Amino acid sequence: MKDIHCQEIISTVKRLFIEANTELGQDMLDAFKSALAKEESPVGQDILNQLMENARLAKETKVPICQDTGLAVVFVELGQDVHVVGGGLKDAIEEGVRQGYREGYLRKSACHPFTRKNTGDNTPAVIYIDVVPGEQVKIIAVPKGGGSENMSRIYMLSPAMGIKGVKEKVLETVREAGPNPCPPTIIGVGIGGTFEQAALQAKKALLRPVGEPNPDPEIDRLEREWLEEINRLGIGPQGLGGRITSLSVHIHILPCHIASLPVAINVQCHANRHKVAVL
Amino acid sequence: MGNIYRLETPLKEEDVVKLRIGDKVLLSGIVYTARDAAHKRLIDLIEKNESLPIGLEGQVIYYVGPSPAPPGRPIGAAGPTTSYRMDPYAPTLIAHGIRGMIGKGKRSKEVVEAMVKHKAVYFGATGGAGALISQSIREAGIIAYEDLGPEAIWRFKVVDLPVIVVNDTMGNDLYEQGKERFRI
Repeated sequence: MKDIHCQEIISTVKRLFIEANTELGQDMLDAFKSALAKEESPVGQDILNQLMENARLAKETKVPICQDTGLAVVFVELGQDVHVVGGGLKDAIEEGVRQGYREGYLRKSACHPFTRKNTGDNTPAVIYIDVVPGEQVKIIAVPKGGGSENMSRIYMLSPAMGIKGVKEKVLETVREAGPNPCPPTIIGVGIGGTFEQAALQAKKALLRPVGEPNPDPEIDRLEREWLEEINRLGIGPQGLGGRITSLSVHIHILPCHIASLPVAINVQCHANRHKVAVL
Repeated sequence: MGNIYRLETPLKEEDVVKLRIGDKVLLSGIVYTARDAAHKRLIDLIEKNESLPIGLEGQVIYYVGPSPAPPGRPIGAAGPTTSYRMDPYAPTLIAHGIRGMIGKGKRSKEVVEAMVKHKAVYFGATGGAGALISQSIREAGIIAYEDLGPEAIWRFKVVDLPVIVVNDTMGNDLYEQGKERFRI
């Protein structure tokens, strides 16, 4: 049994959100570079250069990569031999978000759905806790912007529609989103499970570093094929026309009900931000 | 890419009619920010024939909800938000004199028609380039609707803010035409 004080969780969550919002991962910087080499549109090249310069400036000046510093999504892998002391785990995460968004000068984007009144501190966070073996806590902070989330979709397809039907929905989602979700995007696809599981799998799929192949060779092949088809749409960086509409497609597959074929498509903008800590 | 222009706000009709989709514009001068909530209030005032907190003639409206200013800077990250949420309100503001809008993403048919009729343009700024765009903003202050938080109306003094013409006064649309050019 290992004790972890909630204070440590608060300070870690706070640090992760500030870092995630100002330091883009090396996987994304590498992806921009290889996209620039492939992009034929001069406007598209200009945009990709701006994104690389933006990432450099954000890290240097600590001004966020994007003003939409997101809703605060937190994935926790909680070792079953961990004992959180000094307070509640969820309360600690909320407090870390509160402090991070205040002290990091991050935008507070959480509001009531109808009155639109801002909650003022970017809470409540969106928290998912998995209990796993061991005595460590892994925390992944994911600021998720609204523009790309708005272009995400979920469908309950008929099983007869199969792989072809799922691919059509993925392409349709990207085509209809056009410039709105800030391409070049990452496309998370959750296939199978129940209604809500498909959506959660789509979001979790986005956590895999861009450029890292899917461990399942069959799924990896699908990801590459769908990416190629997406990039034939011509939408391009910022939707202004070009070869690079998406940088990566990430698929998670789960068994589903014999009557169902759920598919969720979670669109992620190029500000693909997440930071991980293990306590 | 098209031509590169340097323009000063407020914009005149002759400034915008020469612009074509794909032109890059470096904007300097004053721009006002507004998102959906602020648009709604402006339209309510126009409908009631009451005076507005900003003059609209020749102005450029930037669709942005900036992040808070860290110490020593006028503003935080300040890239564009998605424009379609402002579409129900934009034709009225165009009819009342604005010459430019800065945002990202497609506009409705009604907005494009209003731009052609009243000679206004829609500029795309790079979505997600919040730190880069912040460098072009030299002064910033809230001038109305502070209660809206990130959705208040700000007055930005900008120098060489980089934008691309997405819809011009001829009814062209770079999102449509750019995509067609690169579709396989």
